[in-house]
Amino acid sequence: MGSGTPAGISADPVIDVRDVSKAFGDTIAVDGVSFEVCRGEVLGFLGPNAAGKTTTMRILTGYLAPDAGTAMVAGRDIHTHSLEVRRRLGYLPESAPLYLDMGVLDHLRFVAELRGVAPASINARIADMIDICGLAGVVHKNVGELSKGYRQRVGLAITMIHNPDVLILDEPTTGLDPSQIIEIRELIREIGRERTVILSTHILPEVEATSSRVLIINEGRIVASGTPDELASMAVGTERVVVAARAPREELGRSVTALPGVIEATELGEDADGYVRYALIVQKGAPVVDGLFDAVTGRGWRLRELTTERVSLEDVFLRLTAGGGPDADPTSDVGRRAKQRRWEDDR
Amino acid sequence: MNAVASIARKEFRSYVASPAGYVFLTAFLILSAWLFFRVFFLVGQATLRPFFTVMPWLFLFFVPASAMRAWAEERKLGTDEVLLTLPVREGEVVLGKFLAGLSFLVVAIALTFALPLIVSILGDPDPGPMIGGYLGLILLSAAYLSIGLFASSLTENQIVAFIIGISLSFFLFIIGEDIVLIAAPRWAAPVLRHLGLGQHFASIARGVIDSRDVIYYLSIIGFFLYLNTRAVESRKWR
Repeated sequence: MGSGTPAGISADPVIDVRDVSKAFGDTIAVDGVSFEVCRGEVLGFLGPNAAGKTTTMRILTGYLAPDAGTAMVAGRDIHTHSLEVRRRLGYLPESAPLYLDMGVLDHLRFVAELRGVAPASINARIADMIDICGLAGVVHKNVGELSKGYRQRVGLAITMIHNPDVLILDEPTTGLDPSQIIEIRELIREIGRERTVILSTHILPEVEATSSRVLIINEGRIVASGTPDELASMAVGTERVVVAARAPREELGRSVTALPGVIEATELGEDADGYVRYALIVQKGAPVVDGLFDAVTGRGWRLRELTTERVSLEDVFLRLTAGGGPDADPTSDVGRRAKQRRWEDDR
Repeated sequence: MNAVASIARKEFRSYVASPAGYVFLTAFLILSAWLFFRVFFLVGQATLRPFFTVMPWLFLFFVPASAMRAWAEERKLGTDEVLLTLPVREGEVVLGKFLAGLSFLVVAIALTFALPLIVSILGDPDPGPMIGGYLGLILLSAAYLSIGLFASSLTENQIVAFIIGISLSFFLFIIGEDIVLIAAPRWAAPVLRHLGLGQHFASIARGVIDSRDVIYYLSIIGFFLYLNTRAVESRKWR
């Protein structure tokens, strides 16, 4: 798994999942999933919809029972010590389902009571949550009257009101607008500093922005695990370079393809002002950029664009989950266009 | 036990906060008063008998209606995922919802006190049967409530919960009534009569508070609360 434990994260696992499986009728939602989460980690569950992220979380929180396998949270079995496990967890389900007819304060108080927060400190905790989650302006409203962003914040407040060691958040930013998404991510980063967090998402930048470790889940199985950097380096050892130069088409094509380290060159088209763009798949580490620069300027051609696009988490994710197989090239244009479309949907 | 109190308080507040609760109470009171008075003056006796005769049928409709939302809505909105992942036992939640529903029904029943008041002004009724009748009413409504809550825990759809609640309650009521007993085999008749919700109510309504009747109602309530708890727990393995 990880290459040693980063600072601030202790070695004993707070969450220990072994071979958990769950099927709904004929559909296998979770298939022999095993993983560990150490104290202080922010673990991102990354996977397409229906990958098994929500089901895994529901099993950890005791909402569902697994068909097979066990899990321990803070040293306690989720089946035999369910109540104790739930005491140590804070769980926010997808879409933050709250009681719409309750006032924000009432809701916080209700959950605080049920969570066993000492009556004497309930008011102080509520005030803390209002502060941390930025609820000051909506405290007197009913939850049903709030916008989705504020509802999510109330949800987070409820999750943390008893100061749990472990937080489990299911798609905490779904349905929020961009500015709300940034706020919630910042909040999660803050929260995650001193707690163990598991969060699930199908939005890739979110995982890169918030998690210290990532589990990629697809069709009920874990297909990859590691820090965002480690996963990115799992990609095929290629990079993508885009160059735009003003030059006669065939000549440019020939010289570009002739460079050492270039695996494949695709012409992307010609701009209105005569600049031709090429996308090159190159071997990682090959000095292609320098070679290109020399080649183009050496012949007196104008150079306008020369960029390297490093293969990122997105490409690994798509490769692992789009059914392209382990040999599919994550840097191909088809993949890129498919990725573009997915982006449109998420945003 | 604290959990039960918190849940009961929250549930009761939602009965009171929504306009549906007041519509319910209004319809209930108007109907019960109307049904009582159309018979009362015909009979010409200072007794609440007509009231207690009609109430079980009114409850049959109104109590499942008040209970149908309790679990069905939680499942539909997904709030049960928040509630049941809190450190509370399913049984505590079931009990909390039951107590809240019962409190609401007690309020509804208490609001009908206008009727015995009027009867007392108009005549000189025997207090025993009136007190007994009201006690029986509370027990009967509690029984219907436990059935209605169980029905609600079976489905996400409130209408389906309502229908199941009425059907179950009706079934349990009718098997003790003469109309069924006549058709039943000789050996079964006393058993069925004892099982029926109606017969026990009738004896309490006469002013006789027999421990057997109270035990009967408590057993029915306990049984359906138990079923309710199991139904809620069963979600884990669905």
